[in-house]
Amino acid sequence: MSARHLIPGITTAAKTDLPVLKPFTGKPSGHDDIGFCRFLANLSPRTVFFVMFVVALWPIAALAQAKYTLGDAFDALWRWIPFLVTKGFALNILISVLTMAIGTFAGVLLGLWQISPNPIVKKIAWAVTQAFRNSPWLVLLFIVMLAFPFEISIGGLTIPIPDWMKAVFGLSLPIMANISEVVRGAIMSVPTGQWEASESLAFSRRQVLWQIILPQCFKRMIPPWMNWYAILTMATPLVSLLGVEEIVTLSRQAMEGEDNHPELLIPFYGFCLLIFFAYCYPIARWTISLERKFSVKL
Amino acid sequence: MAESTWTPKEPMVSAKDVHKSFGDLEVLKGISMDIMKGECICIIGPSGSGKSTFIRCINALNPIDSGSILVEGQEVNDAHLDKLELRKKVGMVFQQYNLFPHKTALENIMMAPLKVLKQGKEEVEARARDLIKKVRLDGKENSYPGELSGGQQQRVAIARSLAMHPDVMLFDEVTAALDPETVKEVLVTIKDLAEEGMTCILVTHEMGFAREVANHIYFTDRGIIVEHGPPKTFFTKAKDPRTKEFLSQIL
Repeated sequence: MSARHLIPGITTAAKTDLPVLKPFTGKPSGHDDIGFCRFLANLSPRTVFFVMFVVALWPIAALAQAKYTLGDAFDALWRWIPFLVTKGFALNILISVLTMAIGTFAGVLLGLWQISPNPIVKKIAWAVTQAFRNSPWLVLLFIVMLAFPFEISIGGLTIPIPDWMKAVFGLSLPIMANISEVVRGAIMSVPTGQWEASESLAFSRRQVLWQIILPQCFKRMIPPWMNWYAILTMATPLVSLLGVEEIVTLSRQAMEGEDNHPELLIPFYGFCLLIFFAYCYPIARWTISLERKFSVKL
Repeated sequence: MAESTWTPKEPMVSAKDVHKSFGDLEVLKGISMDIMKGECICIIGPSGSGKSTFIRCINALNPIDSGSILVEGQEVNDAHLDKLELRKKVGMVFQQYNLFPHKTALENIMMAPLKVLKQGKEEVEARARDLIKKVRLDGKENSYPGELSGGQQQRVAIARSLAMHPDVMLFDEVTAALDPETVKEVLVTIKDLAEEGMTCILVTHEMGFAREVANHIYFTDRGIIVEHGPPKTFFTKAKDPRTKEFLSQIL
């Protein structure tokens, strides 16, 4: 051990034969709460275009002799794009924004209940969080879709609930549960010394939470919150299975309108992929940069 | 809450046969002590002897299992205790400073009087600036805790606690996390306080400080008070073999 200089630049003999703990350099193990955005942000845009290009070449080679060419399919896509974006993708965005708003509001409440001093409230909030966090989103969507009434009557007034609105409620449930965990995790990450110090200064529990603890962990919640927004946006095409007329449903209808040529599949679904990527990629990059900024500060 | 009939002639803090367990582990096995107004007492002893647990019981951060702690005549071991009222009278400083990292030094000091006592901003700010001077941190008003050294942070923590005008101050190993060269500046601050007549209860390993400043020293081991006395007799004429052994190791 002492004969060789294990540390560059250190020439003196080792003073100890005891094992020395080296600085930790690996990735921290455990759960990564912005894993999805990390994956997405690390994709180079070139990778995506390259993959799409290869996929697009295959039918060109296979169907070169067919009458309806891929070129015709792209022409069709070009005609449909304004409709798909304004009527379809816009609804995806609307669903994702509304879902996030409802899910965040409910999730923050649920997260705060998860740290309630009342053991019953705490237990129930925990159970609700775990139940919705670990259920398949599609199953939750079906349940809400079928269990919710088509319309609500308040007095003499009848308000119809459109399908997409029910989809918002359905998607809000898993978002709520995951935001609840984000909030709980962020609060738990504040050292207990902060609670003790504020309590010994005669702050009430509510004051400790709102004036000391939450201001400290608010920033820490933003990157995982954005991560969930990106995941949610990517998940909005699920609602096409329930007949909501968002971008995937409309793409399918457009292809039917173009006589269901198989050549249409690649351009139309490829366009869906691209537009989701174009929307979520900047969010992912932004999330990563915020995460980096906040982690340096703390 | 019963109306207190406490007078300054009686002990400010009076503990009688305090028991406290964490699960199966009994940490305090009958601690009793009286602290008069204006006294400065030091609790010393090996780690794990229950010193910190005991002073955390005084401001009800830890509930006690049995026995009684009276703070200015108010019973702490009481299910209907108004903890917030108690804690307005009892200040506490921790080993890890526990300053609020998102607030400046001045804001740290002003926060509790503003939000808890609901005092006026000008009045509180003037007092906070005085306290900053008192702990010799002029010019650091607008520094965040992250920009201050350990000793400076600890002095802000002391000022923060003093801003509530407590009657008793609890110090829980406040110098244990500090560099040796910054220990002194914190001890000087506490000594000033004690000399001004603040009632101080310290858990400490600083024997020199205990000898110089304390009116009374308690030695605890395994949840009981083994020996106590004024510093002169305590350090030179310890009777119990456990005290002797501890002192021989540490002095």
